[in-house]
Amino acid sequence: MFDSLQDQLQEVFDDLRGKGRLTEDDIRVAMRRVRMALLEADVSYKVVKGFVTKASARCMEADVLESLTPAQNVVKVVLEELTSLLGDTDARINLKQGKHPNVIMLVGLQGSGKTTAAAKLAYLLKGEGHNPVLVACDVYRPAAADQLQTLGGEIGVRVYRGEGTDPVKIAKEGLQYAIDNLCDVAIIDTAGRLHVDEEMMSEAESIKAATDPDEVLMVVDAMTGQDVVNVVETFSERVDFDGVIMSKMDGDARGGGALSIRESTGKPIKFISSGEKPSSLEVFHPDRMARRILGMGDVVSLIESAVKVQQEEEEAEATERLRRMDLNLNDFLDMNRQIRKMGGVGKLISALPGGDKMMSQGQVDEHALDKIEIIINSMTKQEREKPDIINGSRRARIAAGAGVTVTAVNQLLKQYGETRKQVKKMMAAYAEEDARPGRKGRPKKGGKKGGKKGGSRGRRMGMPSVGGLSMSDIKKIQDLMG
Amino acid sequence: MGLFTRFSEGLARTREAFREDVNLLLNRSPEVDEDFWDGLEEALIMSDMGGYSAATIVDKLRAEATRKGLRSARDVLGALNDQIAAEFVEGGDDILGGEGSVVLFVGVNGSGKTTTTGKIAKQAKDAGRTVILGCGDTFRAAAIEQLEVWAKRADVEICARERGSDPASVCYETIERGEQIGADLVLIDTAGRLHTSADLMRELEKVVSVVRKRANLPVKLVLVIDATTGQNGLQQAREFNSALDLDGVIITKLDGTAKGGIAVAVAHYLKLPIVKLGVGEKLEDLKDFDAHEYAAGLLGDFGE
Repeated sequence: MFDSLQDQLQEVFDDLRGKGRLTEDDIRVAMRRVRMALLEADVSYKVVKGFVTKASARCMEADVLESLTPAQNVVKVVLEELTSLLGDTDARINLKQGKHPNVIMLVGLQGSGKTTAAAKLAYLLKGEGHNPVLVACDVYRPAAADQLQTLGGEIGVRVYRGEGTDPVKIAKEGLQYAIDNLCDVAIIDTAGRLHVDEEMMSEAESIKAATDPDEVLMVVDAMTGQDVVNVVETFSERVDFDGVIMSKMDGDARGGGALSIRESTGKPIKFISSGEKPSSLEVFHPDRMARRILGMGDVVSLIESAVKVQQEEEEAEATERLRRMDLNLNDFLDMNRQIRKMGGVGKLISALPGGDKMMSQGQVDEHALDKIEIIINSMTKQEREKPDIINGSRRARIAAGAGVTVTAVNQLLKQYGETRKQVKKMMAAYAEEDARPGRKGRPKKGGKKGGKKGGSRGRRMGMPSVGGLSMSDIKKIQDLMG
Repeated sequence: MGLFTRFSEGLARTREAFREDVNLLLNRSPEVDEDFWDGLEEALIMSDMGGYSAATIVDKLRAEATRKGLRSARDVLGALNDQIAAEFVEGGDDILGGEGSVVLFVGVNGSGKTTTTGKIAKQAKDAGRTVILGCGDTFRAAAIEQLEVWAKRADVEICARERGSDPASVCYETIERGEQIGADLVLIDTAGRLHTSADLMRELEKVVSVVRKRANLPVKLVLVIDATTGQNGLQQAREFNSALDLDGVIITKLDGTAKGGIAVAVAHYLKLPIVKLGVGEKLEDLKDFDAHEYAAGLLGDFGE
């Protein structure tokens, strides 16, 4: 929606070209843009104020003012300051060795995503070899315990749901249940509560006092606005949480609240949670968060999400085909669908630096993927498997069926041909590597393993293709954007 | 506790917080000076109106104050109230109050769709209407059970199928059943989804087109937004609107300290009326929208 900060600053400094050197006034103008970018990212007003003062002072230093590329340097300073304010990557959960059970308590506002986060946390701990139990202490929202039970069932984690409407009692029973069932971690999911609801806040204090948790985590919605400071400050005072899980990070909220939380309470963001899948609880990276807050694109996360979509797909068959160094139109369709799953061409492009601008200028056709799918759907099974048989009359039929021109069909086949060529090239390169000495002559079992490895590589390589736009093309775009 | 008391409690908190801010700046500078304008801009930003919107409003107000010769802070703030109230669009009452309609509630996860749907069912039932609830959220664990509890509380019929079934066909059945019992208000809850999820937005488009084809009553689409939402709320509204062509907006969770300033931005850019305000978790915590009152909730009431 708004240009990224870098573009805005570039504009400011473009105006100053030919001036010889930058003055403090110029920095002030630039900082006004920074201020606006942060406000639009929902960073708290007071935090923005403090931040801008600090960043301005650093930018006034000689090395920034006198450099040949002041825009980049200002951005660099801002990024560095933001990253350091956001704290370190610290996703440790404080579990005590030998304590049974360790207790983790989750708190937050209504609808922030506590129950989902509880299940994700349980899944994570289970994967680390723990035997967690989820304790359902939300006695207010209708069917909240049912929700936790269903989620627990899906990930194979026990759920304790007590009788009655006293969450403190249920929490204590939950700990006893954990002891009886040899569960080493109890995760207490509490009801959503407003920080101004005195009764509910003292209930949270009582649950904490009764269960003596080793870790209290507050779940905060990444979309939260200016009010986040009021909320986290009160929760910090009353239940003194140890860290924060930022939820709904799969949306496009900039998440400036992360900075406000850190500044106003000093508590670290430990995890980010994105999506409905139990595996989508990730370690918090301050540098990526800083880029996201500034709207500078988040290429690393994009690539990761691409890889994840890929891994979650069942496409052993496609991988096999890639390994045979060929792909047909069905694979091509799969690829395009995966890109759509990642949020479509639009999201892909906007995640790149400067991508927002391209999008807003209408340089990207968001519906390209739709067209591709429609055309391929108008082909016969045989045509999809063996695209080489598609001759002139078949093209005309396909075009009529899809309601497009023959040119569009030709274009698609050309795109497909290009992608196929690239895949062949890549797979050949990897096959070569696979065939290098040291990889040969493995026992059969090892050979199978090697094959698997090659397969996963094939997946990664085959994936990032946006209707003929490969990852290297994206890289090129990115380089152009600087 | 009386109905009215609960409403005002929720809004009063919002208003008090804002009034404190504004009072502070009034004490600091009885005259309308630079500090006053800076403070005003800050208060507007703190209400989640957005940096650009706040700056624009302050500029406009400054021009108006100069033109009309407004000297006192009170006059300026009065003008501001009018200005903000004027951003809101009329027509919110028609969405639930018309002759009869099929209303779908959509929005991101955790915005309060299910709770709102339940509260509206109760209110309409109490007003003597024939209501049916449809559980279009077949995805979230226990969403069906949650709405069933609300149906019981409101004493209305509910149409639901097991989790994982096709939401469009649940809607179809709901409308069919509604016609059988002569319902004049069909309320359908949908699964929460982020506006960035292309797959889920497509699914919703399909649901809506099925409903539009099947329904004989007019179909209304209402976006539910959490008042604590920051600038992303506008993006949500834009995306949902461009995919579904919304008819109105409901702002929830106004009983906290969040001021819900994003509603101003949504009204300004998308010209969507506000249907109701959610001010708590109880059945009756649903309030009619009034533009001046809402603006006053942001502004503080100096007349008292």
